[in-house]
Amino acid sequence: MAKTKKEKIEKPYRKKLIRRRKPNRSITGDLALYIFLALVAMVMVFPIVYAVNAALKPLDELFMFPPKIFAQRPTLDNFADLFVTMGKSWVPFSRYVFNTVFITVAGTMGTLLFGSMAAFVLAKYDFPGGAGFFKLVTVAMMFNGMVTAIPNYLIINKLGWIDTYWAIVIPAFASPIGLFLMKQFMEGLPTSLIEAAKIDGAGEWRIFLQIVMPNVKPAWMTVIIFSVQALWNNRASTFIYSEERKTLVYALQQIQSGGIARTGQGAAVLVVVMVVPILTFVLAESQILETMASSGLKD
Amino acid sequence: MKGYFSKYLTLRKHNLSVAMIKAKKSKMCYLFLAPYAIVFFLFYILPVLSSIYYSFTYYNILESPRFIGLQNYISLLLEDDIFLIGLKNTLMIAVITGPLGYIASFLFAWLINELPRWIRSVAVVIFYAPTIAGNCFVIFTVFFRGDAYGYVNALLMDWGIIDQPKLWLIDPRYMLPICMLVILWLSLGQGFLSFVAGLQGIDRSQIEAGCMDGIKNRWQELWYITLPGMRPMLMFGAVMSITQAFNVCEVTMALCGYPSTDYAARTVVTHLFDYGYSRFEMGYASAIATILFLMMIICNTLIQKLLRRVGT
Repeated sequence: MAKTKKEKIEKPYRKKLIRRRKPNRSITGDLALYIFLALVAMVMVFPIVYAVNAALKPLDELFMFPPKIFAQRPTLDNFADLFVTMGKSWVPFSRYVFNTVFITVAGTMGTLLFGSMAAFVLAKYDFPGGAGFFKLVTVAMMFNGMVTAIPNYLIINKLGWIDTYWAIVIPAFASPIGLFLMKQFMEGLPTSLIEAAKIDGAGEWRIFLQIVMPNVKPAWMTVIIFSVQALWNNRASTFIYSEERKTLVYALQQIQSGGIARTGQGAAVLVVVMVVPILTFVLAESQILETMASSGLKD
Repeated sequence: MKGYFSKYLTLRKHNLSVAMIKAKKSKMCYLFLAPYAIVFFLFYILPVLSSIYYSFTYYNILESPRFIGLQNYISLLLEDDIFLIGLKNTLMIAVITGPLGYIASFLFAWLINELPRWIRSVAVVIFYAPTIAGNCFVIFTVFFRGDAYGYVNALLMDWGIIDQPKLWLIDPRYMLPICMLVILWLSLGQGFLSFVAGLQGIDRSQIEAGCMDGIKNRWQELWYITLPGMRPMLMFGAVMSITQAFNVCEVTMALCGYPSTDYAARTVVTHLFDYGYSRFEMGYASAIATILFLMMIICNTLIQKLLRRVGT
């Protein structure tokens, strides 16, 4: 009696397991795939693991021969040293943090507001010039900051923004990738939703703020993350030269270039610089992927 | 002929007036677009236009620009040997790492898609992390150090493949391959994310239907079902790959130094940097930038044309 009961439980379970397997897949193929992916993942992650370990090594281990990949006696000395060095510079450490936070927050807010306003009309209204403008934006995605840096410098110089925060913050407002992702995501929003609101007498601003924006949360989370990553890594060395307006990453990398004596601190800098973008990505991964699902370029 | 021409003109006029009426009706659209459009014009369009303008002048910031016609382009392409080295390097890097990185992005996105959900999200982080890890790639200078302390040298000497340390980042013969390796490590960027997301959106019932219709293995499934469904993402990924492949400069500058030995690791962008920020020859630098824009746009058009044929 008990035996048959067990079978009864087991059988449908097994059946389900088989049915759940995707079609067109062989078990050997899957196995080979797992092994291959694990190997590649190890290669990909190795430099990062190494960098983290280097930051945890005490000084004598950093110069040990033959070198070891993993820290034998991990300490946080390098981070402490880094903090001391930063504290001794003639601009207080907190000022660098403030600079970075200010640039990141202001730039991200602007990107979000300007980008989503433009994305809203580009996605949901048909007006002359709209499609052409969007095409221009997709071409502009290819121009990275390095290439337009020189004419940008001349323009910012004319505006008198050299050595101010605005030199970094304002150009960030028009980030093409932000607009692009927003627009593509908003296209997935049902037009009937907007039309219904229009019939109920809502103005364009109300539609934008109360109907469109709450419904594209994954998109603006993604824009925020990308924008934070870009601004965090932006050293802006060409536009800003006063010590008191430099960003945290710039200041940290100055320490890093301090030669052999700063090897330990340099390793710590590497970790501090990369921790923020990776962490933000991990926290928002599912929302970013949801947004990227609509990132396709249609012709 | 004349009648044809006037017909064309009236049609044009008609179209224009329709557009004007439409534009008047959608004032609000322009209002919403305006803030973005102004900033975009100022920092993305104007730089490109002024770059083209300055490329025909001699301009060193101190004096006002002086028109010299095509002189900049002529000296660039015919007299500047170092630019030609840079051009060659950039093209080499673009031709090798561009397609490889692009294919790798898709391949790994596709393979990761087979994994169970939890492992998949961890795998995405692992593969995407190098791109966002700031300047973490400088760690490669430790691996490829020129003395016996360098890991690669130590390993190869241990195995008896080489008997004395190689100057990986100083010897012109090894510089480019090493840079390409690092660029490949960095190549799973936003295009990769787009692929991962797009693959999750492929309709499962389509795959099952394909199975009924006689698709036997994962490769056939890839070509006949997955790839055609992914075309928009593939186009987006291509734009991202081109951007990365043509704008290489940070990696070569960090690994091989700036300037590098015999200019062996010079790229178009480092050349632009040299003339723009070290010599302040803005006209010349603008000509370099214009050539780079042209190359990217041509390359983009070609690739988009090619991708339209995928899965047919």
